[in-house]
Amino acid sequence: MDWAIRTEGLTRHFGAIRAVDGLSLQVPRGCVFGFLGPNGSGKTTTLRLLLGLLDPTDGRAEVLGYDTRTQAGEIRARVGALLEHNGLYERLTAEDNLEFYGRIYRLSPEQRGERMEQLLTHLDLWERRRELVGDWSRGMKQKLAIARTLLHAPPLVFLDEPTAGLDPVASAALRDDIAGMARREGATVFLTTHNLPEAEKLCDLVGVIRQGRLLAVGSPGELRARASHPTLIVRGRGLEAGAEALRSRPEVADVALADGEMIVRLADDMEAAPLVSLLVSTGAQVEEVRKDTASLEDVFLALVQEVAE
Amino acid sequence: MSERPGFARDVLTVLWKEWKELPLNAGDRGLVKGPLGILIVIGVFGVMLPLQAGRAWVDSPMALLVWGWVPILLVSNVVAQAFAGERERHTLETLLATRLSDRAILVGKVAASALYGWSVTIICLLLGLVSINVAHWDGRLLLYSPLTWVGAGILVPLVALLAANLGVLVSLRAGTVRQAQQTLGIVSMVIVFGLGYGVQVLPPSVRQVLASAVAGSATTVVVAAGALMAVANVLVLLIAMARFQRTRLILD
Repeated sequence: MDWAIRTEGLTRHFGAIRAVDGLSLQVPRGCVFGFLGPNGSGKTTTLRLLLGLLDPTDGRAEVLGYDTRTQAGEIRARVGALLEHNGLYERLTAEDNLEFYGRIYRLSPEQRGERMEQLLTHLDLWERRRELVGDWSRGMKQKLAIARTLLHAPPLVFLDEPTAGLDPVASAALRDDIAGMARREGATVFLTTHNLPEAEKLCDLVGVIRQGRLLAVGSPGELRARASHPTLIVRGRGLEAGAEALRSRPEVADVALADGEMIVRLADDMEAAPLVSLLVSTGAQVEEVRKDTASLEDVFLALVQEVAE
Repeated sequence: MSERPGFARDVLTVLWKEWKELPLNAGDRGLVKGPLGILIVIGVFGVMLPLQAGRAWVDSPMALLVWGWVPILLVSNVVAQAFAGERERHTLETLLATRLSDRAILVGKVAASALYGWSVTIICLLLGLVSINVAHWDGRLLLYSPLTWVGAGILVPLVALLAANLGVLVSLRAGTVRQAQQTLGIVSMVIVFGLGYGVQVLPPSVRQVLASAVAGSATTVVVAAGALMAVANVLVLLIAMARFQRTRLILD
């Protein structure tokens, strides 16, 4: 497997505080990886460690095959980063902001012009490129910061809470932009967020961190399946008789009836059809059956709760 | 990506950005904001003061003190922004997360402030000459003394560079621009009053030697002062380089 990021026991202390605690993680190239955790869980510190802006207290990390401790310059030359603050020069125009970063990454004047037009056009900012960034809305600034991050077509992009502080409409639009950009550019995206629906929509893989420790890694679907039992929700009439029959089945963990609905918690992820047949055979008139799994938010809260306890 | 000599190109990149922001930094904390602040400085030192001083503006050896002080005034007004401004406006960490080397960032910021101080001082110097000649024209071109030309050629760039080096050193650790400006003001006062007081406490025999040296060959004194300042510049830059640590800059 070709890894974009690989860490082994990565640890960073600030005095007595373990901001990152023995983090071992692999992020394959080309995926959108969501790093989830509550505020103060160590997401930003991990990102700084991966960029070589902080040295680890213990452990090691490789980014694009380069060691963060000894080859940080090589890493920073090859990645794009949108950090906690957007880092835009608000007293300069959008064009000047991109021009500066284009020069930093040694793009030729032609390349700078082409990339600027390409990215700003995709983000609907091209017509406003000569305006001062300070006069823009937060959403527009975030879009510009993403354009700056992608300007030199890096193979790996770090995005720290890219939609933080945006309204739902701007967040959704920016999320679409990030997804579209990641696909078009073919870049690996390492995204930190505590916005779980966002992670669910955007990410191929997610890792959950709490108090500096990695609690779980997997695709959103895997995590959901791993952390909770699927549930059948059945609506209809005459369900009471069927409830007893279902409770006797070993694959059923629990059955509850409420407000004309039967909630069947399954012991594992089994087919629903045999249970529905059993219900019908007891005389129940089934109108609707829905199989429900936990959302990523449920999984996240369960994991975080486990650690807290 | 195109290939060109790396370090110089990176320094020029930082310098390019700093120059874009310099007119804004020049009047950022004062009553007059933006490029107008620079125009006012040029108006004061290039027109108003020369007209008030009259011919003495070009004749007096004391004029050299003015041209030694103007770059300090100009540079200290903008250099506090170098790192403290980036920190205050939350642009520093993004800049540090780029491929730019520590030295390129540092040298680019020093060079931008020093060039600003030097170039505006030279503009004031030349404009002052024009103002004096226009106001006191008697058919003969009035020029600065050779000492002023030598001083302007040697001391002005070195003073501007020293002010920029010291300013960047202070700005590296300051939490805010205001804090950097205050510290820089104190450092400037300590240097100016320290020099004045230092001369006072020298033994009379040493002072006599110095006075005769100045009276004998002021040019030699200017050159010697320039050499001392060049050494001071190198020392302060080396200290700033040693103190430039990305980790500390981020955690501060």
